[in-house]
Amino acid sequence: MAEFILEMKNITKEFPGVKALDNVNLQVKPGEIHALVGENGAGKSTLMNVLSGTYPFGTYSGDIVYNGEVCQFKTLHDSEEKGIVIIHQELALIPELSIGENMFLGNERKGRFGIDWDKTYYEAGEHMKQVGLKEEATTLIKDIGTGKQQLVEIAKALSKNVKLLILDEPTSSLNEEDSKMLLDLLLGFKKDGMTSIIISHKLNEISYVADKITVLRDGSTIETIDNEGHNIDEARIIRGMVGRELSDRYPSREHNVSDKIGMEVKNWSVHHPIYNEKKVVDNVSFNVHRGEIVGFSGLQGAGRTELAMSIFGRSYGTNISGDLKIDGNEKNLRNVRDAIEAGLAYVTEDRKGNGLILEQSIARNITLSRLEKVCKKGIVDVNKENAVADDYKEKLRTKTPSVQQAVGNLSGGNQQKVLLSKWMFADPEVLILDEPTRGIDVGAKYEIYCIMNDLVAQGKSVIMISSEMPELLGMCDRIYVMNEGKMVAEMPASEATQEKIMSAILQSDKK
Amino acid sequence: MNAKTFIKKYTMVIALVVVFIFFSLWTEGRLLYPQNLSNLLIQNAYVLVLACGMLMCILTGGNIDLSVGSTVCLIGAIAAQMLTKHGMNPIVVILLCLVFACIIGMWQGFWIGYIHIPPFICTLAGMFLFRGFGRAILDSKTIAIPQTEGSVGKRFLDIFASYIEIPGVDTQKVKWSAFILGMIIAAVLLAVTVLNRVKKAKKGYKQASAISQFARIIVIDALVLAYTWKLAHYKGIPVMAIWVLAVVFIYAFITSKTAFGRYFYAVGGNEKATKLSGINTNKVYFLAYTSMSLLAGLSGLLVAARVGSVNGDTGNSFEMDAIGSCFIGGASAYGGSGTVGGVVVGAILLGVINQGMSIKGLDNNWQYVVKGAVLLIAVIFDVVSNKKTGKAG
Repeated sequence: MAEFILEMKNITKEFPGVKALDNVNLQVKPGEIHALVGENGAGKSTLMNVLSGTYPFGTYSGDIVYNGEVCQFKTLHDSEEKGIVIIHQELALIPELSIGENMFLGNERKGRFGIDWDKTYYEAGEHMKQVGLKEEATTLIKDIGTGKQQLVEIAKALSKNVKLLILDEPTSSLNEEDSKMLLDLLLGFKKDGMTSIIISHKLNEISYVADKITVLRDGSTIETIDNEGHNIDEARIIRGMVGRELSDRYPSREHNVSDKIGMEVKNWSVHHPIYNEKKVVDNVSFNVHRGEIVGFSGLQGAGRTELAMSIFGRSYGTNISGDLKIDGNEKNLRNVRDAIEAGLAYVTEDRKGNGLILEQSIARNITLSRLEKVCKKGIVDVNKENAVADDYKEKLRTKTPSVQQAVGNLSGGNQQKVLLSKWMFADPEVLILDEPTRGIDVGAKYEIYCIMNDLVAQGKSVIMISSEMPELLGMCDRIYVMNEGKMVAEMPASEATQEKIMSAILQSDKK
Repeated sequence: MNAKTFIKKYTMVIALVVVFIFFSLWTEGRLLYPQNLSNLLIQNAYVLVLACGMLMCILTGGNIDLSVGSTVCLIGAIAAQMLTKHGMNPIVVILLCLVFACIIGMWQGFWIGYIHIPPFICTLAGMFLFRGFGRAILDSKTIAIPQTEGSVGKRFLDIFASYIEIPGVDTQKVKWSAFILGMIIAAVLLAVTVLNRVKKAKKGYKQASAISQFARIIVIDALVLAYTWKLAHYKGIPVMAIWVLAVVFIYAFITSKTAFGRYFYAVGGNEKATKLSGINTNKVYFLAYTSMSLLAGLSGLLVAARVGSVNGDTGNSFEMDAIGSCFIGGASAYGGSGTVGGVVVGAILLGVINQGMSIKGLDNNWQYVVKGAVLLIAVIFDVVSNKKTGKAG
């Protein structure tokens, strides 16, 4: 047997305009639990998608050596045949089907006439025992909790004769108890000789289960740390994760924070729109002054987007409570229209899904949220509209031949500029930018930072939600840290470091 | 504009021209008889009216209204009963019928817009409901609207199905009023184009090329003049044409010029983004279906007046003609794009095919086959060309 069950050599994967993986190497020994850590966007999930064949052979360069042979996976099916199974962060179960049906979906137990249901449910039951899931195999997925669903996914993997199990953030939606159970299960499998790769942000869990830790940063392997003793210092991992230096990637700005508070939120709580009992935002208070950029840091799922959207005219969640003041006046924003009229703007993180109408022109997209500004008695003055759009095109240096161009034809950075134009046109006093630089190149990022600086120079308030800590440190006056729906820290940017933010998140996880 | 983009932009217009020439030749010119051209408009009036409303529904995301045929029947039935049984004033009848139609639309719009019942299902239910009500009101009979001179029925018919005749101008042989109206329309269209260019030039806005703009308006003017010339040699301008033109004009104006019309395109393009732009998307759905039923009501009156009677099968499968016209006219099956102009072309295309085949004496069955084929080809074209731009799929 080879020394390594899996070797990924010099994997490079490019997306249009972005190098997601740059010569990444990963070596996994048989029977070990190998952790992959890194910031959001470091390339962890991309690497695992390359391994599982989600990105087929040929779309990346480099070699995958599995059990001593070079593999060229073209589909997910190819890798599963070899015993490599990936469980994604968003579970791929069908809520309306039973546990057994889900487990053998696409891999049905066939009898002489169609599906052999007795065999299906018997085998499902066996695999469920292996993972310690005490449910009937006929129970519908929608009737069991997320923790148990995670177990079904693992049982499903077992049914496929898994040799190498990949788990992408398996515990992100689990509570303490379920997480512990899951991790112990992995340790149990390890004894039986199964190899696992686990992607996680929760360093305490990694320290608990992992034998080796590979750190990825900006699409490159930084180091592989030994964790035989399971007692690694978390700060040691963090240093590897965030260890880059800040250079002048951020335009300088005079910090002229006014005493006036632009927006103040007190004791804000939001419940999940479907699972009503779940609190997504829990008693959060914060404020932003005029002329100030305030950053919101936290991991994905910390509740930042939900907080922003619930403030923005109750666009998310149910049972929203709390006080909201804009320029010192109590506001009750019942819908988006109210929010816009109160001087609030929310620039979504999902510009294609929630922000822009891709097949419509730049001009039409820009004016949509405040169409009345280019209207006379309900009739759109197209000439005025185009003039406005041209104006923003110049101001934000959007690269396009004409404002009649469909937004879908623009690059990500230029689409982001159109989205910003749209909300600048709405003329807000408080701008909430949700991941404003996600998926765009460095040059466009810089320009967007400049626009933000212009806005605060005009005395507006800017809230920036970002998963990129360097960006928050480089741009903000003050940083709030959220985790699991709660506000866990607040610090002036001058005193903040990536380590401080990370440890604030991790500290709160332990509680 | 090069040939390729020209063809892409005006595919359906070119198709219409080809089909029209084909049928003109095939029927040895009979399609071009004044009477046939006049009937082309009158017989398809209901399609044009319904298609305008259907476009609004389709714009919101490829949603359709299956109940319009039944609404036509129900409103037609109500009108017929009011006129015959109760002898009510035709103006009152028309107003009441439109109010009823509006209520039907609000009923459907409420479920679809605010309770989020899938439009297909909600209007399928409406299709049964309103057909049933209609038949019940008719008591399973055919009710003829009385045509005797001076009766309320006759006055009702005059409002929708007569021809404009101006004494002194029109002679027995040639209704000059039709051609005069044609000249006025042509002149107005030309004037609007010129004034628009002047206004743009004054403010320094970008202009479309003068040649293409004037070429377009000259072609349209020529068609208007030719058509009204033909009408003048039949019975003159049908009143129904005025109704249809009014509806088409209003809807063309709403969709292309108003903020309100924009919202329909926005919802169909990206509903979530529209909602997050502060637009009440529920209301957009509500109004789309309300306006659809209102037009179905108007269409019911037009059909009742044209046929002169209403029975339980009135309006059968009208929804399909309206939906077909929209898709043939280039409305996207995914919503978010489509114009009233396109829909009018689509409706006329269907109408020409119908008319041409009827003149040739082909039976009804083959008309269905041809209509089906044309619809399929049009939608395939839309989907394939959308795929290239990356929308579908």
